[in-house]
Amino acid sequence: MITTNEILETIDMISQQHLDIRTITMGISLRDCGHTDVKTCCDKIYDKITKLAEKLVKTGEDIEREFGIPIVNKRISVTPIAIACECCETEDYVPFAVALDRAAKEVGVNFIGGFSALVQKGFTVGDRRLIGSIPEALAKTERVCSSVNVASTRAGINMDAVALMGRIIKKTAEITEGQGCAKLVVFANAVEDNPFMAGAFHGVGEPECVINVGVSGPGVVHSALGKCKGQPFHVVAETIKKTAFRITRMGELVAQEASRRLGVPFGIVDLSLAPTPAVGDSVADILEEMGLESVGAPGTTAALALLNDAVKKGGVMASSNVGGLSGAFIPVSEDAGMIRAAENGKLTIEKLEAMTCVCSVGLDMIALPGDTTAETISAIIADESAIGMINQKTTAVRVIPVPGMKVGDRVDFGGLLGSAPIMPVNPASPKVFIDRGGRIPAPLNSLKN
Amino acid sequence: MKAIVTVIGRDTVGIIANVCSILAQNGVNVLDISQTVMREYFTMIMLVDTAGCKVDFAALADILKKDGAEHGLDIRIQREDIFEAMHRI
Repeated sequence: MITTNEILETIDMISQQHLDIRTITMGISLRDCGHTDVKTCCDKIYDKITKLAEKLVKTGEDIEREFGIPIVNKRISVTPIAIACECCETEDYVPFAVALDRAAKEVGVNFIGGFSALVQKGFTVGDRRLIGSIPEALAKTERVCSSVNVASTRAGINMDAVALMGRIIKKTAEITEGQGCAKLVVFANAVEDNPFMAGAFHGVGEPECVINVGVSGPGVVHSALGKCKGQPFHVVAETIKKTAFRITRMGELVAQEASRRLGVPFGIVDLSLAPTPAVGDSVADILEEMGLESVGAPGTTAALALLNDAVKKGGVMASSNVGGLSGAFIPVSEDAGMIRAAENGKLTIEKLEAMTCVCSVGLDMIALPGDTTAETISAIIADESAIGMINQKTTAVRVIPVPGMKVGDRVDFGGLLGSAPIMPVNPASPKVFIDRGGRIPAPLNSLKN
Repeated sequence: MKAIVTVIGRDTVGIIANVCSILAQNGVNVLDISQTVMREYFTMIMLVDTAGCKVDFAALADILKKDGAEHGLDIRIQREDIFEAMHRI
């Protein structure tokens, strides 16, 4: 039988250290929903999602009560709409976003991801229509999340898409007062089974319907590290591995149970440390617990590399299928420690960029001054894409140029999206660079240095 | 189905009797009990079988939680699997 101490340890993790299952995400293929008529296509999308996900939220809540572990979000990802709806004879893809939003509201999920296009090598007609519809789609919907993949290690970087996405982010910010940009991610090497928003979509290699689970638990790792003060790094790594193993076992159990009850195949557990704005649920706190005065200090990249690797090593053995993004997230607005460091000037965009070389995912939830140009945003995307492309990893950019705001102001996104200080951006212009367009060729994968 | 009931809070007279009577009223069989007082905190852990439970699991959890709140205690019931998953390979 399980010992008293083990039981109390688990309860302490849940009640004191914010251990939770961050999301159960149902992936749904919409590849059979295409139709030349817009209304018929929207109806097919709505009907399929509401039928398959009808019991998703209730099942999540039942598991939550029986196991006594909070399941914070129940969500849906769908086939990229640029693929699913390409045969539809319309220039305007906003109605598809509205149909997704209606379906999400009907089944009670808080986000639905997949208003997406994959354009790493070039645009199809549907890709261009979808991307052009993003600003209005995000303005007219509440729960729809959008993502665009602009680069990959195999295809290189589509610099035309990079330039376009800078303008789309600016336009989205202008018509949504910045809020829409919190639901728009630009990827390099996007994964097809990511359960986390805003970048989730159901890839074309995925089955008809699948359950993916994202675990969390920065607070638990922080607390465990608190017990090995002054110890050398191999002890730190071992402690993180053991903790990650326990967290992931919880995720695996919930994923298998949800899969069984819903009669939907289990896909993957995503081993990500996802912070929330709550005190004690911060990735920055873990890095500081390792001995840094503040996240952003020299040493931060090394600390994050250790954390990210140890989480994976611990988690991999705990689950039968690991996938998704699997790494530590560093969204500035969603992490109390990152917010603190950004506010007092100890964490800069340049340091965050360096951190993205060693962790998942990228420059995430960073608020920029309202006068940041589309070209500068495109260039930030190009830099992140280059890191992803060369290092064969996923990277992403989710930045919010908040209209009318300047460095030192603070913007509130509400709920899990948190709030963020406006961070300074290097003022030198990359306009001529971005205006070139074309493609950056795929990189060499040998002669690594 | 086996579940673990945990009761944590300040020690007072009759905690065990009270929790056991709630479980008995709802048809839940107690298989094992361990109890300690750590510092001034009372900690009781019960292994129970809910196969004969007259109400559904969520309702039983609510009854226990509500009773705990009335007595200044934190009472939880969770399926045993979660502890097995976390602490045993």
